[in-house]
Amino acid sequence: MGKTISIVLTGVGGQGVITAANILGKAAVKANVNVYVSEIHGMAQRGGAVVCTVRMGDVSSPLLPSGTADVLVSTEPVEALRNICYVNKKTKVITDITPVIPFTVAVGGEQYPKLEDIYKEIKVHAQLFTVDANEIAKKAGAVITKNSVMLGALAASDVLPFTPKILLETILEDIPEKYKEINKKAFQGGMDVIKKH
Amino acid sequence: MGFIMSEITQDKPGKKILLLGNEAITRGAIEAGVAVATTYPGTPASEIADSFSAIAREATKEHKDPGFYFEYATNEKVALEVAAAASFCGLRAITCMKHVGLNVASDTFMTYMYVGCRGGHLIVSADDPSCHSSQNEQDNRYYALFGSAPMLEPATAAEAKEMAKIGFDISEQLKLPLLFRTTTRLSHSRGAVTLGTITKGKRKGVFTKDPMLVTVPATARAMHPVLLKKLEEAEKISEKSPFNEIITIGRPKDVGIVASGVSYTYAKEMAEVLGLNVHILKLGMTHPIPRNMCEDFITSHSTLIMVEGLEPILEDQFKKLAYDISSKVKILGKSTGHFSRLYEYTPDIVADAFSKIFKVKNPFPKPVTSSIKVPRRPPSLCPGCPHRATYYAVKKAAPKDAVYPTDIGCYTLGKEPPLEIADVLLCMGSNAGMACGFAVSTDQKIISFMGDSTFFHAGIPPIVDAVHHNHDVVITVLDNRTTAMTGHQPHPGTAMDGMGRSAKLIKVEDVVKGCGVQHIEIVDPNNIKDTIAAFKRAIEYKGTSVVVSKSPCILLEVQRKRKAGEDIVLYQINQGICKRCKTCITRFGCPALYFAEDGSVHIDPAQCNGCGNCVQVCPFGAISAEVS
Repeated sequence: MGKTISIVLTGVGGQGVITAANILGKAAVKANVNVYVSEIHGMAQRGGAVVCTVRMGDVSSPLLPSGTADVLVSTEPVEALRNICYVNKKTKVITDITPVIPFTVAVGGEQYPKLEDIYKEIKVHAQLFTVDANEIAKKAGAVITKNSVMLGALAASDVLPFTPKILLETILEDIPEKYKEINKKAFQGGMDVIKKH
Repeated sequence: MGFIMSEITQDKPGKKILLLGNEAITRGAIEAGVAVATTYPGTPASEIADSFSAIAREATKEHKDPGFYFEYATNEKVALEVAAAASFCGLRAITCMKHVGLNVASDTFMTYMYVGCRGGHLIVSADDPSCHSSQNEQDNRYYALFGSAPMLEPATAAEAKEMAKIGFDISEQLKLPLLFRTTTRLSHSRGAVTLGTITKGKRKGVFTKDPMLVTVPATARAMHPVLLKKLEEAEKISEKSPFNEIITIGRPKDVGIVASGVSYTYAKEMAEVLGLNVHILKLGMTHPIPRNMCEDFITSHSTLIMVEGLEPILEDQFKKLAYDISSKVKILGKSTGHFSRLYEYTPDIVADAFSKIFKVKNPFPKPVTSSIKVPRRPPSLCPGCPHRATYYAVKKAAPKDAVYPTDIGCYTLGKEPPLEIADVLLCMGSNAGMACGFAVSTDQKIISFMGDSTFFHAGIPPIVDAVHHNHDVVITVLDNRTTAMTGHQPHPGTAMDGMGRSAKLIKVEDVVKGCGVQHIEIVDPNNIKDTIAAFKRAIEYKGTSVVVSKSPCILLEVQRKRKAGEDIVLYQINQGICKRCKTCITRFGCPALYFAEDGSVHIDPAQCNGCGNCVQVCPFGAISAEVS
């Protein structure tokens, strides 16, 4: 079999995880790379956990076997941990550092783990890259560009079968003219974090 | 009138674009010149119809004809009947629904097969293995066998587009409506789709009378053999269908795999990864199965492995075929314990089964698990959701042992703590039917809940039942002015239809009054005190009472305010007044409120939607609007 690339994108409903997966898929089509994207809608929209998978190259299935992700991108720290079944020692886990506390913690008496414990646990199983996407997005001009930061980080992780430029172009396609510049900055900010690691 | 331009409708044959499985079905139907599309929304089918709706709304805005008629029908049965009539006029039609929707439409479906169709008609059933967003995981392929419908099952988005297009030809050729079966993973997977040519179909036909369309007993008896004859023709189509093919992996000897739907993609990839030497019989037209092709496949292999999610439908049919031709082939599948009848298949499940059958090492590592506990994150009612306020008021008004039959929609999430106000749920409309039954079976107070879209879908007949028999129940309609859960589709209670045209808004309370309900309360749940009082009166009333709790879905309300440039006032907790009694969190349960590590209570400004209901809930007056 030829080369395959498996990416897992996770986060909380409303954070734009599905949009990010869609952008990756479009970029792959643009780069003429075989691609399948899988997403779960419905109940996930009401603040629930969301998982999308993006598979490229010599693949037939939109889902990946456990332990075979090349990258896991999470827009929320605990969601990275929830999907740890997809990683192996070589997997790059790129996660945002801002928690979104689930209501089960406030109401159901469950515990949100300490951030350093989450990071320690991820490091046992994979390579960890943390990104303060809120801060980078703010610097770029708007918190709303957070997903561009995370996609920039993914682009810099050296697993995509196309250039960061193609990904950035695809992001900018659906963005109004006045927000293009700040999204470019956010994307570059995300790339820089991974390069500095 | 030309098609308006959008991602899905672009007239660029040969161009490759990324489409969701559901969008690919819409594109296929448009390429086939579909004239009438109908639905009742339901995950995972919603985006097929939502795509038609988006195209139609855009066309309406530009005063153009979208090329088809589209409607969100009152329920799936009505949707199927509207489209069937179009087919009887010679037009091409499509009806989309989630799997359980076909239960609602099944009365129509079963007899429709007897009389058959004229214009090609696709009935899309999107099944939901693993119940990602459904009340069961029934396998609707049985409906094809049950009703004698030809059936197609795509494995990828690209195939979904092709099959939808060709499905109309097959349906028209056989004069039989065709069951187009997908699953969540197909419907909600994206893949590259090569666009084909858009055919401009007829928009109006002519209804030619035929006594054989009137299914009195004599007609039905005469049409049943016609249906069986059509199925024989369908089998011939299946034998030649390009969607049924044999794929070779490695150097096959005598083991064959039979697979269909998305499971095929797992079977193919895992067979490759495990280095197996097998033939895969990929079935895309799965009813009727191509008998000769399947018999040949049985004869040329000593062992067959059946990879099909959910029920052993192909497996059972292959066993019958093997018996018919006295074959000794070994069939491994669900009956041998190699595969399960439960839940959605995954590459892991298929790889595991293959490695056991072929005695090869499973190359995938055992999935690692976290040694620290991860808090659950189930979906919940949004911050500012009016249903939360209604539920909070009901709990204040009702006796502790009150029974709460609920229904299908966002409001089912009231099941979660702290509200825990959902006791029993079967299907659309079941809240009110069961309320009637509880009223005669227990002396506990009965307060049931359904949404506005559910009310129109299946909620009216049980209200009539309640009134007629004078059942002592409180039936609540949570009227948030939309079909929220499935993506804010319009319904008969909204002033706009699925094509973006103005439509007659039917008021829930008017219908209820027409049903003869004597005690009707109309409340704004955002006024919690008044809502409590209204429910108290309804509970005290001996007989059937209906409470219409009216407030728009907060997501739409926030959207409207943003568009109108209105301020969204956020709320905050005055730490000097807050006694940390936790009422706002442990009784009201708005997810925007949380405890800090020191036990103080805060409102997350990123989550607060500014409903202000927590102000009414706080016993100490510690919550107020943020001063900006």
